[in-house]
Amino acid sequence: MSFITRGFSGRGRDRDPRLPPGQTLVEDWPVLSAGPTPDIDPADWEFVVATENGRHTWNWDEMHALGVEDITVDIHCVTHWSKLEMAWRGVPLDKIFENVETSYDYVMAHSYGGYTTNVPLDELLDGQAWIAFEADGEPLTPEHGGPARLLVPHLYFWKSAKWVRGLVMMPSDDPGFWEQNGYNLHGDPWAEERYW
Amino acid sequence: MTHRPAAWHAATVRSVSRETASARRIEFEVPTWPGNDAGAHLDVRLTAPDGYQASRSYSIASSGDSRRVVLAVDEVPGGEVSPFLVHELQPGDQVEIHGPLGAYFVWTPGDERPVQLIAGGSGVVPLYAMAELHDREQDSTPFRLLYSVRTPDDRFFASELEQIAARGRLEASYVYTRAVPAGWHSAPGRVTRDALAAATWPVDRRPRIYVCGPTPFVETVADWLTELGHEPRAIRTERFGGG
Repeated sequence: MSFITRGFSGRGRDRDPRLPPGQTLVEDWPVLSAGPTPDIDPADWEFVVATENGRHTWNWDEMHALGVEDITVDIHCVTHWSKLEMAWRGVPLDKIFENVETSYDYVMAHSYGGYTTNVPLDELLDGQAWIAFEADGEPLTPEHGGPARLLVPHLYFWKSAKWVRGLVMMPSDDPGFWEQNGYNLHGDPWAEERYW
Repeated sequence: MTHRPAAWHAATVRSVSRETASARRIEFEVPTWPGNDAGAHLDVRLTAPDGYQASRSYSIASSGDSRRVVLAVDEVPGGEVSPFLVHELQPGDQVEIHGPLGAYFVWTPGDERPVQLIAGGSGVVPLYAMAELHDREQDSTPFRLLYSVRTPDDRFFASELEQIAARGRLEASYVYTRAVPAGWHSAPGRVTRDALAAATWPVDRRPRIYVCGPTPFVETVADWLTELGHEPRAIRTERFGGG
């Protein structure tokens, strides 16, 4: 139904093909969170994967010992900004799930502070997601989700849960926090899956 | 909260007016608008003759079932969309809007917990929507606003907020960071933790707290609120950036 708005010409004619529809390139890194920023000491940090069969836990050192990768990815926020070729470091979820047995297909990520977000398991494996500790060569600051956040760059960035503390396997794709508050269950930026 | 599905709508500009030296109030007529909660936002999409499009999110200053949708847009220097909305858009022009969006940073009447609004700059827009609804609905919940802004002339909805306060429907406190009115009780400066504690509901009143503004402001204020003992889950934040 799009129509032309009188007088609007815009600026960015040379649109970068790496930008999904409706996104604008930013150089800085905006912060979006629903509440206060929690303060978490890596010494107290623990990561849990809970399945129908039990719990697996890793402390900070055990998580790093799984093998930290360098990755360069583009990130896309539902509020219309994208950041290209960001350097991150983190542990791929493939390593975490190597010894996890589950018949459930969906994951609820849980964060310190109570945030949750849902992702299908097959979108977290095969090099698609990480537990990230560093961005742009620096440890993640608390406002950007430090000490550790989920990184799922092929989905809108609210899926990349800040202050992540664990994953709970689910038999069905139940909605997380933003997914209950107006945002899409899946969140593919290339399909503009922004809202309900 | 009423569930109103988000959808695309054609919005026609009814009026534009100066809000501050850098901001403009825009009133749209949207015949298909389902109404919106106080605090919700929407996306504005502009299309150029060659098909080029640009989209941005804006908080909505109006609420309820009205087909009239009000925005107050601050110009982001060097931005692509906000300078067009502030300087070029005229009554009769049409834009596409998508919404209403956001079911978390909203307030609905009937909740007994006192409400504390804390705004930085143009971040007052969704909070004004809450204060205006609370006044219009004659809701009995006590409301307070702490508004940090550069100068008195930079206040958004200045006369509306004064009128709501004069009716006893809002206790408003202002912090001026660059210039203060004549006879003001303090020099210009940022809000301090002590000033925040003094101007906001004490922890034992269990307020619902809404904070909106630039990221450093929101981060600072939200940290202080949790240090003062407010429950993190009672503090809802919205940050803005990018133009």
